[in-house]
Amino acid sequence: MNKDSNHSAPTDNEVILGILNNSESALKRLYVAYFPMVLQLIINNNGNEDDAKDIYQEAIIVLYNKVKAGNFELSSKLKTYIYSICRRLWLKRLTQLNRYGGDIRDFQEYLPVDNEVELHNDRDIQFDKMENALQLLGEPCKTIMEDFYIYNRSMQEICERFGYTNADNAKTQKYKCLQRLKKLFFQQK
Amino acid sequence: MSDNQLLEVIERYLNGEMNADERVQFELLCKENADINSRVKEHQQFAKLLKQYAERVELENRLNAIHDEIDVHTLKEDLMVHPSWVIQLWRQHHSKISVAATVALFVMVSALYLTGAFNNHDSYVELNNKVDKLKRSNESLSRSIHDIKNKPADKYSGTGSGFAITSDGLIATNYHVVQGPLDSVYVQNADGVSFKAEILYAEPQNDIAILKIIDKSFEGLGTIPYTFKRSESDLAETISTYGYPDGRASYRNGYLSAKSGLKGDSLHYQISIPINPGNSGGPLWDSKGNLIAITDSKQAQAEGEHFAIKSRYLLDAIRNIPSDSLNEKVSLNKKNALSNLNEVQRVKKEKDYVFMVKIYN
Repeated sequence: MNKDSNHSAPTDNEVILGILNNSESALKRLYVAYFPMVLQLIINNNGNEDDAKDIYQEAIIVLYNKVKAGNFELSSKLKTYIYSICRRLWLKRLTQLNRYGGDIRDFQEYLPVDNEVELHNDRDIQFDKMENALQLLGEPCKTIMEDFYIYNRSMQEICERFGYTNADNAKTQKYKCLQRLKKLFFQQK
Repeated sequence: MSDNQLLEVIERYLNGEMNADERVQFELLCKENADINSRVKEHQQFAKLLKQYAERVELENRLNAIHDEIDVHTLKEDLMVHPSWVIQLWRQHHSKISVAATVALFVMVSALYLTGAFNNHDSYVELNNKVDKLKRSNESLSRSIHDIKNKPADKYSGTGSGFAITSDGLIATNYHVVQGPLDSVYVQNADGVSFKAEILYAEPQNDIAILKIIDKSFEGLGTIPYTFKRSESDLAETISTYGYPDGRASYRNGYLSAKSGLKGDSLHYQISIPINPGNSGGPLWDSKGNLIAITDSKQAQAEGEHFAIKSRYLLDAIRNIPSDSLNEKVSLNKKNALSNLNEVQRVKKEKDYVFMVKIYN
């Protein structure tokens, strides 16, 4: 039953192996399987479906990074882990929005996951800074930075793409761009 | 060596593009020169962060694509409906619940027996405002305000307060306000216009009734400005109510003085606001414009003690309305339009959603 295998929740091991192997279908099955659980948590605790999407995706990212980093030990059901992360993230968000009334209506068991959420938040702050810095950097610097540092294109390719007459000019340009990007990044509070 | 060149060398080193000799030399240089060493580290971290940032953006895009295929709206409907949730819980845990309920019942009954609760009955005196009194004190006033177009004469036999829970005319009030044999119920708004209503649903055990305006001339209310808080409010919270004691609109404020009613009754809050006859069924708000309770009857013996039914019970009652008595699902306002307003501005908005409930029999 092909249909069944697509719609039922994947086993925890399938998910972990899937993430490690960059399997799109495993990611999708994981996502579809536990979203309703998180939607239920959020909409019954002062949130809406957009909040649920945000919180759930953050939790999936936390899980994804943890698995990719290779230090993921399954000490509970994946479902419980995801629920716990979402619960913690949502409590935090509610407190920030001043909408937290002192109790939360729970639908699942949960574990304490404060450390992981803190770690994730720290990293998020760095990414936000990077996003801002790249925005402020402007073109052509942004594309040069992305080509070289993200897509690993060679200086030769970049040289051709931007029509620099020689590789030295391109290198100088790249160097200036990087200095500016760093400055923009570290300037932010 | 210029900074530009140094960067190139560092990148070649980090990317593993150096041959063995160069590598050894460069590592030696790093060891001797702390400045260069720290530059290598800084650049390595920064380049890594840039790469991780790109991976994150890519992952977010993938997740968004997956999310777009989910029918969130249908899911939400399913997950919000109370009965299905209860049924699920029941299916999963009915044996445990049964045992727990039996034990709880036993404990409760024995505790009540031991404390002698069966022997004396604390009475809440219901706050129905009888029309005799009203007639005497307010005859002239009531004549001038009431719109009597729809009825032969405004000879109602009791009044209470009520407030809107949806803009299409669902009104919450106390059950005891509309209890007993009655001919008809009307609700009257702040402008003195009356609308015919019917009792849509009632929970006598919690003293909650939900009315529905069925008058042809009713065109709906604007968006409800306040929100409904499910969780319990805290002691000393500033609270306010607006209602129709003695058939006259009146605002009062105070604070939340206890989280339970008489004998630890968890249905009620105790409040410092004097609840006068006719206030029954009115709204109780916190200072941010959240509806937190329904003002309720006062205890006759102990002067100065007043109570209100917690909003949680109202929200549960709303969920329990049988779906066949509704045209569409009740959707409560979730956007608070009052949180940034001061008390005067807030009440000005809130009062349009509070009604006098009039009983005819």
